[in-house]
Amino acid sequence: MSWIDIGHIDEVPLHGARIVKTRAGCIALFRTAEAEVFAAADACPHKGGPLSEGIVHGQSVTCPLHNWVFDLNTGQAQGEDGRIATYPLRLEEGRILLDGAALDKRRAA
Amino acid sequence: MTEKLVVIGAGMASGRVIEHLIEADPDAYDITLFNAEPRGNYNRIMLSPVLSGDKTYADIVTHDDAWYAAHGVTCRFGEHVVRIDREAKLVEGQNGPVPYDKLIIATGSAPFIIPVPGKDLPGVITYRDLDDTNAMIEAAGKGGKAVVIGGGLLGLEAAAGLSERGMDVTVLHLMGHLMERQLDEAAGYLLRKDLEGRGITIRTQASTKAILGEDRAEAVLLESGETLGADLVVMAVGIRPETRLATDAGLEVARGIEVNAQMQSLTDPDIYAVGECVEFDGHLFGLVAPLYDQARVLARSLLGEPDAFVVRDTATKLKVTGCDLFSAGDFAEGEGREDIVLRDPARGIYKRLVIEDDRLVGAVMYGDTADGNWFFGLIKDETGIEEMRETLIFGPAFQGEGAADPLSAVAALPPEAEICGCNGICKGTIVQAIEGGAADLGAIRAQTKASASCGTCTGLVEQLLQVTLGDEFQMPTAQPVCGCTDLCHEDVRRLIKSRELKSQPAVWQELGWKTPNGCHVCRPAVNFYLLADWPLEHQDDPQSRFVNERKHANIQKDGTFSVVPRMWGGITNPRELRAIADAAEKYDVPTVKVTGGQRIDLLGVKGEDLPAIWADLNRAGLVSGHAYSKGLRTVKTCVGTDHCRFGTQDSTGLGIRLEQILWGSWTPHKVKLAVSGCPRNCAEATCKDVGIVCVDSGYQVGVGGAAGMDVKETERLADVATEQEAIDVTVAFVQLYRENARYLDRPYKWLAKVGLDWVRARVADPGERARLIEAFELSQSIYRKDPWAEHAKKADRFRPLADLTLEAAE
Repeated sequence: MSWIDIGHIDEVPLHGARIVKTRAGCIALFRTAEAEVFAAADACPHKGGPLSEGIVHGQSVTCPLHNWVFDLNTGQAQGEDGRIATYPLRLEEGRILLDGAALDKRRAA
Repeated sequence: MTEKLVVIGAGMASGRVIEHLIEADPDAYDITLFNAEPRGNYNRIMLSPVLSGDKTYADIVTHDDAWYAAHGVTCRFGEHVVRIDREAKLVEGQNGPVPYDKLIIATGSAPFIIPVPGKDLPGVITYRDLDDTNAMIEAAGKGGKAVVIGGGLLGLEAAAGLSERGMDVTVLHLMGHLMERQLDEAAGYLLRKDLEGRGITIRTQASTKAILGEDRAEAVLLESGETLGADLVVMAVGIRPETRLATDAGLEVARGIEVNAQMQSLTDPDIYAVGECVEFDGHLFGLVAPLYDQARVLARSLLGEPDAFVVRDTATKLKVTGCDLFSAGDFAEGEGREDIVLRDPARGIYKRLVIEDDRLVGAVMYGDTADGNWFFGLIKDETGIEEMRETLIFGPAFQGEGAADPLSAVAALPPEAEICGCNGICKGTIVQAIEGGAADLGAIRAQTKASASCGTCTGLVEQLLQVTLGDEFQMPTAQPVCGCTDLCHEDVRRLIKSRELKSQPAVWQELGWKTPNGCHVCRPAVNFYLLADWPLEHQDDPQSRFVNERKHANIQKDGTFSVVPRMWGGITNPRELRAIADAAEKYDVPTVKVTGGQRIDLLGVKGEDLPAIWADLNRAGLVSGHAYSKGLRTVKTCVGTDHCRFGTQDSTGLGIRLEQILWGSWTPHKVKLAVSGCPRNCAEATCKDVGIVCVDSGYQVGVGGAAGMDVKETERLADVATEQEAIDVTVAFVQLYRENARYLDRPYKWLAKVGLDWVRARVADPGERARLIEAFELSQSIYRKDPWAEHAKKADRFRPLADLTLEAAE
């Protein structure tokens, strides 16, 4: 594992999201609570909607285009046959860290 | 052989070390104790009761002079240590050096002072020791206003104490809810409510810019530009380990003095450290339980007995009488966790358990903390909870209770709570009627008029029937807002008003929401209801808005956005058109389209270009056209008497004036207006939400038109003689719609539910009309502003947080 410092948690609005650009497309960081952030693919598997623009509630996000709801723990869409990739993330003293190895794997896949 | 032990700092941790040493072997060490404070060890945790007047200093002394004398401890109180000479093994005090064989550093922590102008003025104090406490007590004796900066444990205890002593107290807290490290939003909300109930003002998301005053603190200036008068300013934003002596002595210091599990400095085996100045394995310590553990380990190490310090979870309780809260473990971070939430709004109780891998890892409780220690035990012991999971939240005494009663919100209302706003009928009157034999809605309407007018309180009246009559009443099923609640939209609106719920956590808690913070269906609705009913108190939450309203632009199917500048009344000029043309070229806008609402739409703008294109348009005087909002969209006009040979009134001017009054306001759904200068109706006013047709004798104001999925002609709300009356009637109508309609009902749908007669009567009544206009104006004092200008300043939020595409390929 190689942890990359992405930024401070306060740069992501509470119950909101920000994106991180990678070579294989955008990853969205979702802040679900004061000290809780999830990382997952930004694109909805349905019609490619930007999940980072959706409403974040509980530990889920709703796609802004057609309201598919994804569980950010697993990436599974609620009641739909679809899933988004999720990525390991660590919080250390308010810094958000993403695992570079997992991102590279995504690029190779 | 007796060795020389020098202790720097007489606090609770070092006091405990000395007790252990003397108890185990009184002759092992010859002890000298330095303390910068001119007194020995006292129970610092109890400073809050001293501040509030419940206890005195004498009550909280742990070791008095007689104790130190009896145990042969040499006291050097009121004396600062200047430096530690590790070569010569000397501690140099202000009054001379003392040699040591072993040294304990117990310098504790120092309050964190936020670096703002005015921080050093007299009248600005921290809250750390008895001198601070006495200074606050003295200041409180003069009365006046106190501002406490910091809504954590210490700040709130200071605030409660000062309030108890008669000061007018305001707490400023940087984060969104109080004690955010120990509490989640819901518990933070309940705490806030309790403190506000004692007259303490709480301001969250309040950032201090400066403390103002000539010779002493007189006021606090916030980042928002607001000034709060203050005779006393208490800084309680946090603490940091006091490590200056250790750093100067060349000991290894990270955030705190680094020690091993025997509390020995990593640098010098003859030096130990204990308490809040210590860092062990990356942890700092602020609560008393781990400090006492450290003290035991340190004493045993000095006596040559094996022991090791282990970091354990700690639980927090707030020492403010009447605020019953408990928090333990980790209730926020990490993936793969599940929540169990119990809310009992009627009794102000909230409990949340966080579970991971069949173990309890965190607990937050408010209102009823009796089971706190039991839950804390489960967390510490990592007990498997699989078998009791279903009933876990009810605590150890669980006997098969059901979940909280969904009707309890209504049951909890006091008899004088107003249920029917139209007719001013309170709960007591309705219950009386039910007890007197009114067994259904019709009977209650006939006897009391409750729910007989606009009907939005129907659901509440039905619930009262059910609460009062029990099973004898068969509840009609109303459609709940969403899966998060059993209440329907109308009831949520009514309860937000009658129970004065002014924030989203308040709604979730008091109305028994089943999810931690709603979902994409209820959050936008609740956010609108709150901002419509409490424009000053509720802070609009962009994260509870659909993307278009959050981004102030319409998202297109390819993820780009459309940008529509406002053209008041559909009027523009060459300068504006040039600015639009320039922006279209500069940002490669693929499509420029004239809209049905007399505006120009720039389609296909990239998300990250939005702040820049807005700033360009702003410079030409153009503001947001709100083409994306559930709010005022456009006022379409014809040219009226300015140019047209048929025009009867200045329809263009009226349209512009209406748009300038209404723009920026949020409504349950979008609102479109038009003003036509004569009955030929070139502005197509008769299919708008509000359409005004000018005639020779004045203005015909129609409402409830539609030209979408449904097509409907407006119905006449009023015929008025003057332009001002036309404006007043329009504003009053829009405000009535804002106050009463269900989220996502256009005016024509709302009118079909409440009836035009009811609306007409309200708008025609002079007192009610004036109230509606005033309420609208109050709300507009917040919302009549250009969101583009605000957002253009925060351009970095529109860019990716990080860009990893620039990294070199391996």
